[in-house]
Amino acid sequence: MIIDHPLLGPRDSAEFTYMGDARLIDRPDPDGADAAAAFFDYAYLRDNPAGWHRELWFHEAGDRSWLVVTRNTLTHEISKVELAREVARAKGRSK
Amino acid sequence: MKQKNRIDGGQIDRDTKLRFTFDGHVYHGHAGDTLASALLANGVRLMGRSFKYHRPRGPLTAGSEEPNALVQLRSRARQEPNTRATTAELFDGLTATSQNRLGSLSFDLLAINDRVSNFLTAGFYYKTFMWPKAFWEKVYEPIIRRAAGLGSLSLQDDPDVYDKGFLHCDLLIIGAGPAGLMAALTAARSGADVILADEDFRMGGRLNSETFAIGDEAGADWAAQTVAELAAMPNVRLMARTTVIGAFDHGTYGAVERVSDHIATPLDGKPRQILWRIYAQKTVLAAGAIERPIAFNNNDRPGIMTASALRSYANRFGVAVGRRTAIFTNNDDGHRTAADLHAKGLKVTVIDPRPDAPRSMGYEVLAGAQVTDTMGRLGLTFVQVRFSDGTDRTIECNALGVSGGWNPNVHMTCHQQGRPAWNDALAAFVPDALPVGMTVAGAAKGDLSTAGALLGGATAARTALGLKGRIPKMPQAEDAPVSVTPFWYVEGASRAWLDQQNDVTVKDVKLSHQEGFKSVEHLKRYTTLGMATDQGKTANMGGLAIMAELAGKTIPEVGTTMFRPPYTPVAIGALGGRHRGQDFHPKRLTPTHAWAEEQGAVFVEVGNWMRAQWFPRAGETTWRESVDREVLATRGSVGVCDVTTLGKVDVQGADAAAFLNMIYCNGFAKLPVGKVRYGLMLREDGIAMDDGTAARMADDHFVVTTTTANALPVYRHMEFVRQCLVPDMDVQLISTTEAWAQYAVAGPNARRVLEKIVDQDISNDAFPFMACGDITVCGGLRARLFRISFSGELAYEIAVPTAYGDALIRRIMDAGAEFDITPYGTEALGVMRMEKGHAAGNELNGTTTAANLGMGRMVSTMKDSIGAVLSRREGMNQSDDLRAVGVKPIDLADKVPAGAHLMAADGPVAAAHDQGYVTSACYSPNLGHHIALAFLKDGSNRIGEIMRLVSPLTGVDVDVEICSAHFIDPEGERLRA
Amino acid sequence: MRYSGFRVIKEALSGHKGWTPAWRDPEPSEHYDIVIIGGGGHGLATAHYLAKEFGQSRIAVIEKGWIGGGNVGRNTTIVRSNYLLDGNEPFYEMSLKLWEGLEQDLNYNAMVSQRGILNLIHSDGQRDAFTRRGNAMILNGADADMLSTADIKKRYPFLNTDDARFPIKGGLAQHRGGTVRHDAVAWGYARSADSRGVDIIQNCEVTGFRIENGVCKGVETSRGFISAGKVGCAVAGNSSRLMSKANMRLPIESHVLQAFVSEGLKPVLPGVITFGAGHFYCSQSDKGGLVFGGDIDGYNSYAQRGNMPVVEDVCEGAMAIFPMLGRARLLRMWGGIMDMSMDGSPIIDTTHIDGLYFNGGWCYGGFKATPASGMSFAHLLAKGEPHPNAAAYRFDRFEKGLMIDEKGMGNQPNLH
Repeated sequence: MIIDHPLLGPRDSAEFTYMGDARLIDRPDPDGADAAAAFFDYAYLRDNPAGWHRELWFHEAGDRSWLVVTRNTLTHEISKVELAREVARAKGRSK
Repeated sequence: MKQKNRIDGGQIDRDTKLRFTFDGHVYHGHAGDTLASALLANGVRLMGRSFKYHRPRGPLTAGSEEPNALVQLRSRARQEPNTRATTAELFDGLTATSQNRLGSLSFDLLAINDRVSNFLTAGFYYKTFMWPKAFWEKVYEPIIRRAAGLGSLSLQDDPDVYDKGFLHCDLLIIGAGPAGLMAALTAARSGADVILADEDFRMGGRLNSETFAIGDEAGADWAAQTVAELAAMPNVRLMARTTVIGAFDHGTYGAVERVSDHIATPLDGKPRQILWRIYAQKTVLAAGAIERPIAFNNNDRPGIMTASALRSYANRFGVAVGRRTAIFTNNDDGHRTAADLHAKGLKVTVIDPRPDAPRSMGYEVLAGAQVTDTMGRLGLTFVQVRFSDGTDRTIECNALGVSGGWNPNVHMTCHQQGRPAWNDALAAFVPDALPVGMTVAGAAKGDLSTAGALLGGATAARTALGLKGRIPKMPQAEDAPVSVTPFWYVEGASRAWLDQQNDVTVKDVKLSHQEGFKSVEHLKRYTTLGMATDQGKTANMGGLAIMAELAGKTIPEVGTTMFRPPYTPVAIGALGGRHRGQDFHPKRLTPTHAWAEEQGAVFVEVGNWMRAQWFPRAGETTWRESVDREVLATRGSVGVCDVTTLGKVDVQGADAAAFLNMIYCNGFAKLPVGKVRYGLMLREDGIAMDDGTAARMADDHFVVTTTTANALPVYRHMEFVRQCLVPDMDVQLISTTEAWAQYAVAGPNARRVLEKIVDQDISNDAFPFMACGDITVCGGLRARLFRISFSGELAYEIAVPTAYGDALIRRIMDAGAEFDITPYGTEALGVMRMEKGHAAGNELNGTTTAANLGMGRMVSTMKDSIGAVLSRREGMNQSDDLRAVGVKPIDLADKVPAGAHLMAADGPVAAAHDQGYVTSACYSPNLGHHIALAFLKDGSNRIGEIMRLVSPLTGVDVDVEICSAHFIDPEGERLRA
Repeated sequence: MRYSGFRVIKEALSGHKGWTPAWRDPEPSEHYDIVIIGGGGHGLATAHYLAKEFGQSRIAVIEKGWIGGGNVGRNTTIVRSNYLLDGNEPFYEMSLKLWEGLEQDLNYNAMVSQRGILNLIHSDGQRDAFTRRGNAMILNGADADMLSTADIKKRYPFLNTDDARFPIKGGLAQHRGGTVRHDAVAWGYARSADSRGVDIIQNCEVTGFRIENGVCKGVETSRGFISAGKVGCAVAGNSSRLMSKANMRLPIESHVLQAFVSEGLKPVLPGVITFGAGHFYCSQSDKGGLVFGGDIDGYNSYAQRGNMPVVEDVCEGAMAIFPMLGRARLLRMWGGIMDMSMDGSPIIDTTHIDGLYFNGGWCYGGFKATPASGMSFAHLLAKGEPHPNAAAYRFDRFEKGLMIDEKGMGNQPNLH
């Protein structure tokens, strides 16, 4: 597979390390009322779709960016690659 | 010996005579021959035995789809089993032997299987060999296994090397027949970067085997000229002897180039083969088509082959397979073979089931006739023909060409799960859904005429590259329309082979249907149809057709099995490349490696690192002697150990402390500058991930260490937290593991040694336990000093830029000489950390919690940190949870080995009563007996308990006492000294 | 029809006219007591044991394609019970014991071949871990044997022990481990279940569950509604897709695992062997093909195919320990879709919907588990409570922190 890195251009996926669903960006509030349930859901449950999937890849043998790759799990087609940091900021994560 | 079946013509070099042997017999052939063509030229038709029935077999084809003519090529360590004689290029000195026989090739004792074949039908083994129960493994299976397989491996290490390479192109063209060549020409003339790959050693595809003209020259000549034109263009890479093996995601193709298979041994420094990974913007698949046979009784004798193969042997190789030839064809293309052979002066009879078969002036055509049987034990002698009126005739011949039509070679269009579509006119599957970026041209697409191939190739290249303008005029070429009336098998055929290698007959397919194995996948798996080394390239369609007929369905309704890579089998050596032996993984060497080698160190692999394990001295006969000495010397005076391999991460920025607070379960916000703190990292699931230290070099600068094994995952995790969870924190990370050489100097004299090297005051007051700082050494070299201790002794870790690592170790050894400074390796390091009760990899095994490690209170409840919330789950906080404890033997002579399990002293020994297990163990030279660290249920409340330590695997059963894990200096006086 | 050597001879002498279909091809009934979704190894085994061991009748197995077309037909055929943890070892040992009696139980020769499995050891830490594991196996009534390098060299004289980057320092063997002809497992269970009245309905895809007031009433299928007292799902690889139709999200990701087979070769490998310092394991089939594999590709996928990096990685492992394999040829590669669970262990449990039961999350341990999985799932479906040997395979173990994590990799499925 080839991942079109937003800063570096197309790179073989062998340069990357995969982690999983990009929802791992959505770490719950540890002080929330239902933190235990929210963290269980966050850490363990997955939509695991057959189709488009937003997922985290780490450019381990490259610039060490975490990327959010939108990829089809049926065809492996990739439609979008974003810097995870920007996705996280867009989701309102800060410090 | 004379090449008795060699005839005029062909693209062989008759001036180059090559000597070769087959089963010890000496023969001669010419440059340009394959092993099969040369053997056929010498009148040898029998080349192999089938898998199950050991039927005598000769080549069915002249290409890579060959199921029958498999030989062991070369000898000794270079022996290659199952090599297709039809593609093996002849070279001088080639040796080949036949395979899968007991006795000689012409007298194979296992041919008895053919006599009892009625008992060995599809799937018979699922129904028997079950009684008595023990007999399957003791009697039946060993017999079956002895008969398994085809060729043999030499069992010697492959002496050749294999390379891997990477290529990029605008257009990859697979196949250099008329379509591929025209696609290449079109693309190359437009300036695109082109790779043209063909599995054959001579480009041209079918043009080399045909007598057609292109324009006003012979097809083969046109091909040669086109190849020459392409070869002269700088933007074209021609790759003959290169099989594209698979179409992978996003335009990535695998290809194997056989660099040296056409010579006796690879030239000096050259690989045998190269595995290429080709990144293609676009691809044209021009892989041609494969002729399919017709099934009739005894259709597998040597001398029977596809009609196009007969044509290839005659036209390309100058070989008449037989002097008297019959052709059995249901289509006009079969008649071409007859015409070509007739033109070569051979006697030909055509048997064509079509009543309106085309007539010929030159040779006999039996219209409305079918071949019903053949004769000849080791090679064809007669065919039996039945006419439409029911009369029979026997024809004497020693070659029979069979043509049931052509199957477009859709293989690679299906590698990404695309399925082909049925084409009625061709009675064959043609490409349908394609991998992204691929177009198909020529016969592979179903355009079976030469003119169609040329135009298709040009069009495909233009489409792929988006070329505009009018398409140039194509040279004149044959453009015969193709239409096939399906004819799969002769009525009444039973012992009629579909899959010749695996011995799957029409009868087997019928039985499969009768027993309910009706889907394509069931048929394949039950009968083994299409599972041989040719993957059913000539077999599958016939099986499908018969299954469709039995099921009363159309072929497309029955479906097709999945084509899988590789297109043809690939040497495992090529896929492994140079990653073997010592080069399997890269070796990472520490800065002291050369110095340690000088000291005679024994090294051990720790991940990819090579670390000194111990430093034997003269007179020491066991590793224990060396390790005990290193431990005692360190605790007695001073020792030095290279700890560079520990992961190091530089953390900088205004929010560095806040970031570490997030990463570690314990607090770091208040750590003063100039101090080090032990830190425990949890995974988000609350399990301990890694431990190490963080040293605050400045308000906004920390140096974090990780364990050697976890350096990579911990860094990755830190970047995840930084980029994905706290993207606005002002913090930067960089791994500096390789940037700093770092050594532990430990023992009561450690300070005295370092004082001679360090430029600053490092007295206990100026640089107390857990101090850290940027320093200089040796009069100005920048360095870092950490007063931390893994051994439990007064100890420092000193770091200098890696380039100075070798110099520093030598300087330390010089400075320490007066204290008898002792280098110690990973074993002594391990002994000392166990004596001190420190956890390491065996304890941090990915299932242990902070509480298990006795560090439950470190998980701060005052702040958020990764893993804190989930570490509080009930299942991880039970009263009888495992706790880290020490273990010592009651009888001090006993060992307490790692991996042994703890049982109550008087209770039963069984899994249900398991109380815990030993994680790490060693001999403690300071205590004079073995010690161990263990995890024990409710361990912290069981100190002093006598238990039973058992390892039934290794025959251990000893009484032990549970004790504190801190065997040495539990109060920590030494490290604060 | 009973299969036997006598029967084979009799049929051979009478033109093979007497063989009948191995299983029927029935139309679905309107109602079954128990409907199993998934005609793979686990689903068919469940049906077999329900009928044979738990006295259940009116059972259907419904399969969207052809039976045995999923992972039971695309694995590397290895059976073993060399597990470490309490939650796993008794279960896999039960499975191995069921394998040992399978042929007689099914009257079908699935070629259970206890040729042994050997895990190579390359470091002291690995030896410690394998010692602990071997002891856990023995304490649970399984067999384990620690072999020296010399012992191993005797069995595998061509192993690279001279020039290895990661020298072989021994190995943990389970001599009762081995291989089983994978397709025959599906067929044997199918035939046996069918003979006990189970309806095996192929080409019948479940499109939804009919759930009323928290109770599952049956399944909507491409062949109409089928009413059921209980519905058991055994579709590992596609578990998330199926259970999403009941609005369930699972602690599972789907990943592709590639496997490989070489051309047929005269026997060289006596048993199953696994490389401990790379991703490679291998055995040799009764037909002569080397059957081998390695690690998953590592990204979520429902495509039954992988990519080159893993192919190369596996073959590098092969060449590292068996440099004599250089001239053997890889014949075919394929992929299967794994239910990779969050702790590497499976789930056999009830759901929050009454009458809906789940079996999945097998990672790449599913084939060897087939008999025990079928037995345990049948137990759960018939009795409403878990089989004692599968009691730890609960959904709520993640919420409670009772993970069964053999590899210690935590909640990242592609690392298990």
